[in-house]
Amino acid sequence: MLLTIEGLTKRYPTGDLALDKVDLQVPAGQVMALIGPSGAGKSTLIRCVNRLVEPSAGRVQLDGVELTALGSAALRRARRRMGMIFQEYALVERLTVMENVLSGRLGYVGFWASWFRRFPRKDVEEAFRLLDRVGLAHMADKRADALSGGQRQRVGIVRALMQDPKLLLVDEPTASLDPKTSRQIMRLIVELCAERGLAAIINIHDVALAQQFARRIVGLRAGRIVFDGPAEELRAEALTDIYGEEDWSQTIRPAEEEDEAAEAAL
Amino acid sequence: MSATTFDAAAAARAWRPPPLIATPWLRYAVYLGALAYALLAVSTIEVNWTRAAEGVERAGRFLGGFFPPDFITKRSDILEGLLESLTMTVVATGLGILLSIPVALGAARNLAPLPVYLFCRGIIAISRTFQEIIIAIVFVAMLGFGPLAGTLTLAFATIGFMAKLIAEDIEDIQASQAEAVRATGSSWFQLLAWGVLPQVRPRLIGLSAYRLDINFRESAVLGLVGAGGIGDTLNTSFDRYEFDTAAAVLIVIIVIVLACEYASGFIRRKVQ
Amino acid sequence: MALLTRADGTPDWRRRTPKADLLVWAGWLGAVALTVACFQFISDRTIWAFVWDAPTQGADLVARMFPPRWSYASQLWKPLLDTINIATIGTALAILIGVPLAFLAAHNTTPSRLLVRPVVLFVIVASRSINSLIWALILVIILGPGMLAGILAIALRSIGFIAKLLYEAIEEIDSTQVEAVTATGASRPQVLGWAIVPQVMPAFAGISVFRWDINIREATVLGLVGAGGIGMQMQASINVLAWPQVTTIFVLILATVLVSEWLSARVRHAVI
Repeated sequence: MLLTIEGLTKRYPTGDLALDKVDLQVPAGQVMALIGPSGAGKSTLIRCVNRLVEPSAGRVQLDGVELTALGSAALRRARRRMGMIFQEYALVERLTVMENVLSGRLGYVGFWASWFRRFPRKDVEEAFRLLDRVGLAHMADKRADALSGGQRQRVGIVRALMQDPKLLLVDEPTASLDPKTSRQIMRLIVELCAERGLAAIINIHDVALAQQFARRIVGLRAGRIVFDGPAEELRAEALTDIYGEEDWSQTIRPAEEEDEAAEAAL
Repeated sequence: MSATTFDAAAAARAWRPPPLIATPWLRYAVYLGALAYALLAVSTIEVNWTRAAEGVERAGRFLGGFFPPDFITKRSDILEGLLESLTMTVVATGLGILLSIPVALGAARNLAPLPVYLFCRGIIAISRTFQEIIIAIVFVAMLGFGPLAGTLTLAFATIGFMAKLIAEDIEDIQASQAEAVRATGSSWFQLLAWGVLPQVRPRLIGLSAYRLDINFRESAVLGLVGAGGIGDTLNTSFDRYEFDTAAAVLIVIIVIVLACEYASGFIRRKVQ
Repeated sequence: MALLTRADGTPDWRRRTPKADLLVWAGWLGAVALTVACFQFISDRTIWAFVWDAPTQGADLVARMFPPRWSYASQLWKPLLDTINIATIGTALAILIGVPLAFLAAHNTTPSRLLVRPVVLFVIVASRSINSLIWALILVIILGPGMLAGILAIALRSIGFIAKLLYEAIEEIDSTQVEAVTATGASRPQVLGWAIVPQVMPAFAGISVFRWDINIREATVLGLVGAGGIGMQMQASINVLAWPQVTTIFVLILATVLVSEWLSARVRHAVI
């Protein structure tokens, strides 16, 4: 098992219980979608994995290493194995595309080397290879705030891959994008995971997209897992469990047709 | 998108970290210029090292003289100076704001005709250029020593400060709102009251509170040139080597500035 | 806004309820009464005979000030350069000390909110509440007259200014960018250098240049207490009532300040 989560609980200082004894296992190479209504604790869950949010109780193990027990230096080393992709891209706007991409290597170089932007040649090469893979090599010296939403998210993906991760933590990657770009970005993430044998936890609120791109779907409601199974087993009853009562007949599996329509529109 | 056409190794060899200034010659010119200036400027500081060395011991005696601060001996002087500073601050701020409003209206290009605009901008430029102390020297020469000269100095400085910022604010107001009011057939004054004032008011109040704070701080130094206020007390105590009283005055100033800062911060938060 | 009912039962609209109306009027009345009382206080300390004489005095002063003695300018270039150097070196020193203080004070970068932050905030307030002229007064006593006292006075006053505005800018940065860099496994200093510094760079450049512009103004008067720069010549000329020389000095100051203001506006536009 690549990632093992046991009894993970998070209670915020305000008293809100965001996660309630969550148990979850993710094998190496598996792309998993995490769905659920807003406030269900999806963001908190992935942030508890790399401890951007400190869990209140429970254990998280990555490749046998107990993340929840690590001191700050060891935690930084562990974070290198977990790439993170954000909803609003979270690029450092005033740095260039290349600098943003190279920031994925910060955990590997010392402070002064990073301050003077002295990265090993092979890092820069890898950065160019990945940028070329997502079609942005010619943008390397553009400032990040000059890019479109889809382009920024690609840079965000490349930054995460630069860490040489085993696991991708992906937080609502498509929430700020239009439907077509959303599909392109999702496809890119899934393809890259397959190429590099990465596991991924993808928070996503679009059920159709989740079903289309992820084999396994986990449904979260009020901090508890209420569904965990293959994408094709996600039925109306399960969605009612996750989101509450609603007519789900139109939601399940329409994504592929939509996608074809989008492709046709090209 | 295929990797065969793209040589990442070559691109990586060619890549350089982005410099702060893009144009190379300008970059080196700026670096060299800065270095040359730094060397020249530092070399012009004529430090009398023997005097500076004495300074350490002198500073010790001086700071020793500061402690404990003496609020008692010159109590009436401190109180008098403080009252003078506070009253100067209040009157100058009130007067300055009152006068700054017409100047601000005149200095807003979207409200005033060109000659008025130039005249008002001229007032603002003069008021902002000269340090308060210089203005105070002129007022003292005209009106004689005392708090009135200081009050007028602060009022004049307030006009430049407030009028400039308010005028910029008026120029930035949404034309559509003013147009909507104008479309109802209102007069120029009604336009001000309904189209302009509501948009500018929060900033006007915030700036007034901020200026009150500045005026008090400035009132503490005007005494150095005889324009009244607690600076007079401070200056006198320095002249007479009564450093313990000077320390007391400085503490009073810091405490009041702190209080002003909290008060003006509070008012600005309330308004926004 | 309030909806009321008239005596005959039909609805009526007023901006405020009668009670709120009364409060507003009482507030204005209080403010006016306070201002008048303060003015009374100032008036008691004013020799009005001098004030009524002011127009004559003013006219006399202007007559004595013109024409300016332009030949005196040849002796002013060195002091003017000193003034600019005082402002520039003082600002540079203040940046060197103020920037680390800002990072220690901002609640999202401070190493300790309970211990470090309050201490640094106190240092910032103390630096801000004492005018550079008062700092100069103190430093001249310790170090003796000269540029060094002026530079340190400018620096001491500017530290608080730069640190305050910068720490406010640091507190307003976008935290998701910080989160993203933290998630890569970067150390605290790296997060500072890669996520926070790039975000506050424009604010930093703007604040520094803005303060430099203010410092040019402040440096013109430091000489009044012996801390170097063109103020020394101003003081000497005023002491011997050489008003045509004073006018020359005023004109030079005006020109310098206008140039520095133009320069700082250009730089601020370039970085935003």
